[in-house]
This record gives sequence, C-alpha cells and structure tokens, in this order.
Amino acid sequence: MRFDLFFEYFRIYIQTRMMYRIDFWVEIVTDMMFQMVNLAVIVVAYKLTPTILGWSQAELFFVYGFFMVPYSFFTTFFNLWNFADRYIVKGEFDRVLTRPMNSIVQLSFENLDPSSLAGAVTGVVIMYFSAQTIGIQWQLLDLVAFFVSVVGGILIYAGIYLFMISLSFFTDAQTGIMPLIWNIQNYGKFPMDIYNKMIRVLLTWVVPFAFVGVYPAAFFLRRDGLSLWLTPVIGLIILSIALVIWRFGERSYRGAGS
Amino acid sequence: MWGAYGELIRLRFLIMLTYRVNYYSGIVIYAINIGANYFLWKAIYGSNTQLADMTIAQMTTYLAIAWMARSFYFNNLDREMSTEIRDGSLAIQMVRPYNYLMVKMMQGFGEGLSRFVLFSVPGMIVASLLFPVQLTKDPLHWVFFLGMVFLSFLLNSMINLIAGLMTFYLEQIEGLLRLKRVIVDLFSGLLVPLSFFPGAAKSVLEWLPFQAITYLPASYLAGKTINVSAGHVFLVQLLWVTGLMVPLVWIWHSARQRLFVQGG
Repeated sequence: MRFDLFFEYFRIYIQTRMMYRIDFWVEIVTDMMFQMVNLAVIVVAYKLTPTILGWSQAELFFVYGFFMVPYSFFTTFFNLWNFADRYIVKGEFDRVLTRPMNSIVQLSFENLDPSSLAGAVTGVVIMYFSAQTIGIQWQLLDLVAFFVSVVGGILIYAGIYLFMISLSFFTDAQTGIMPLIWNIQNYGKFPMDIYNKMIRVLLTWVVPFAFVGVYPAAFFLRRDGLSLWLTPVIGLIILSIALVIWRFGERSYRGAGS
Repeated sequence: MWGAYGELIRLRFLIMLTYRVNYYSGIVIYAINIGANYFLWKAIYGSNTQLADMTIAQMTTYLAIAWMARSFYFNNLDREMSTEIRDGSLAIQMVRPYNYLMVKMMQGFGEGLSRFVLFSVPGMIVASLLFPVQLTKDPLHWVFFLGMVFLSFLLNSMINLIAGLMTFYLEQIEGLLRLKRVIVDLFSGLLVPLSFFPGAAKSVLEWLPFQAITYLPASYLAGKTINVSAGHVFLVQLLWVTGLMVPLVWIWHSARQRLFVQGG
C-alpha cells in the first residue's frame, strides 16, 4: 500500500468535488434521504401490523443500519460500477497496467469516493437509536464482533464485485450483471424468514448477501450467535476466488485496439 | 414540423433496439425488485388477509403493475439534459428550428415505446409466472390503462425536464436527480400504495402530482375497491399535466437566459 499516493489521490478527489460544492452537499443529504425513504416503507408497514414474523420495527431498523456500514466502507474504495465501459471498452486499462502499483489498488485509488462514508455514519446512528429502543446491553465482545463483521462484510462485497468486474475482461463489454447483483444485494437487509427456501439458499451460499446484513446483525440482537463469525471466512473464500479470476482476466486483456 | 418530431421518436426507438441486451438484464432486475417488495409485503400481511383496503392478492397484482408501468414511463431525460447543458451541445440544439423541450419529450417517448415492447410486456409475463398476479381480462380496462400510463409518461417526463433544467442553476445535479428518483418512487406509490400511508401523509400526497404517475393507474388495473374510476384517474392526470406545464415553460424561459457553456 502506497499511503503517499493514497493521500495524493484523496487530495485530487477533494479538489474535484469542491468545484461543485453544492452538489457535494446535496449528494450527502440525498443519500441520507434515500435511506429515510427506505425506512419509511418499514414505518408504514408497522403502522398496520405490530410485528413482522416476530421482528419488531426497531429490530428491522437495526438490521438496516448495520447493513449500511460495511457497504459504505466498501463503496468508498470500490467505485468501479462503470468498469467495463470505461476501462475495457474505452481501453483505459492500458494506462492502469503501466502504473507501478497493483492494478486493483490503482483502480481503487483513482476512483475513491469518500462521500460514501456518510452512509456509515447514518448507519451507526440508526443502529444506536434502535439498540436503545430494543434495550441491547452492549458487551466488549460486541465491539469485537462489530469490527469482525464489518471487515468480513467488506471482504464479501469485494469478492463478489471483483468477480463481477473480472468477467468483463472475457466479455469485452458491459454484461448488465452488475446492476442485477446490486439489486439482489438489497435482499440482505431483511430477515431471511420472509423469503422462500430457494432465495434463502441463494443469499446464504451463492451470493452471500445475508452475511453482510441480517446474519451478523442478528448476533447483536441476540438471535444468532454463530453466523457472524462465518462472515470473514466466507469473505476470504470469495475474495480468493475473485482474485484468481481477476488474474486470469487481466492476462486475457487485449486493449481497445485504438 | 410534426414529421421531424416523429422522426425523433423513430430514431430513439431504433437506438434503444440496438442496445437491447441491456433490457434482458433489465427485466430480471425488475423481477428482483418486484420480488423484494412481494416478499416483504407477504411477511407484513402475515396471517392477515386484508390490510388497509387491499387483499394480499390485490397487493401482489398492484406491485407487478406498478413496476411494469414504471418500466415504461421511466427515462433519463433529466440526466441527458444535464449532460447537454454542461458539455455545451445545448447551444447547437437551441439554434435549430425546433423546440428543445419537445425534442427531449419525443426522444423520451421513443425510448418509452421500445421499453414497452422489449420490457413492460415481457416483464409482465415473467412477473405473472413468478408471482401470484391476477390480471383483469376485461379489454376495456386495458385500453384505459394504456391511456393512463401514457399520461404517467407525460407527467414523469415533465418532472424530469424540470429537474434537468435545474442544471442551469446548480451546474451539477447528480445528487438532486437521485433525490428526485427516490421521491418519485415513494410518493408515487410504487413502494407503498397511497392508501397505506398514515392519514396526514396520505392527505399531503393526494395533493401532489406523483400519485397520478403510479398509484392511480395501478390501483385502477389492480381492481381496488375504493373510488378509483377511470374518469377520476384521467381527470387527475390531465389536471397535473396542465398544472406542470406552467412551471416547466416558465423555468425554461428564465433558465435559458443563464446559459453559459462550460468549455464547449
């Protein structure tokens, strides 16, 4: 890790964003409002029914808040949603390959998006208030568990999305699979009991988004003591697979031919 | 003159057809989103057969219709406009002998038509296979509904144009656009039908244009029992189309005085 380069890229980021200050703040505020809208659906639902499959409103809020934390750390360093278009189709990956840093680190630094961290703050605030409502007694172990599950969650996201962008080395075009996965990801915010068996299996073992949201959150809610500790394990497995695919993909990269 | 606009519709329609691969994944994404809402609402209903004014069967049908209507009326006119304003190509557009807003509208309609063929119709079939959707067999309902979603398209596009024009004032509107999208999704009743909102929120939303985009047409076709008659839906929609015309034209005329081309 080249920290000096990290700060250099961070400085560039700040300068770029400060060109359009209003938009920067509007983006932060709108991100928060985006979350509020999603929570509004839950609020409306609980006006009609006291409990959803045994989960209280505060518990669902807590899961939601937790879900936001690893994701916002992840998107701060992974802002490559248009990777196929920009780097493969337009051939910018040529330039990345000529840089001394590891290509993944280079890509991450070039596309830093620290404004996403606002999501982590919102998430922690939501967790804090809903934990108070539920009356969770915090212990030291929770702090360790929180750290482990956030890091594990980041690894899972990194693994899944690195895998997805690696595919564009082979297809040489946008596959449309990224937005698809992103939409499935949102399933991880809700208790798995609401889904049918097939989707539960999918979210646990195929695209394990249950492990970035409801499974670890259930630990703090004292509903599930085990799953949380599996998060980093699963994260490491997926990330290793993704890195292998990435290496293969990088080798088959041929440039845009211009 | 109208021939030129017709040509714009045709062109955009053809452009969209060229990139149809995006639409296959798009249909899956809509199915995923309908699924997310369906499972959540199924859990919310739990053992209740009816909440507010809808049964679970009506709710499922409502969600599928609402999302499929969205796949037709949805467009990125706001983002396109914002790009054209910022990169200066708007200057060329304004010199040409046509109305820029009309051009955008027609392009949006061309896009809508291709979305309808490639997206809404197959999407509705997929959704009916995956989820317990009960669609009406009365052809008259469908004819009326098509008219309604056309007006939904007009309303949504007008809101998009107004949002796009904000580029004149804010230069960068990425954040604003995201907010607008979320507001339209929630307030239009895509995520929660209006009748499910608590009293105060509901009466506020009834005075906003968004309900005419999704809630009214989808309620009509899903066969909700409340006072949703076709005439009522059309009336509210037409009123809002007229109502939004005023700020749209006004902002367009005052905004173009501010045009400065960045780096053009």
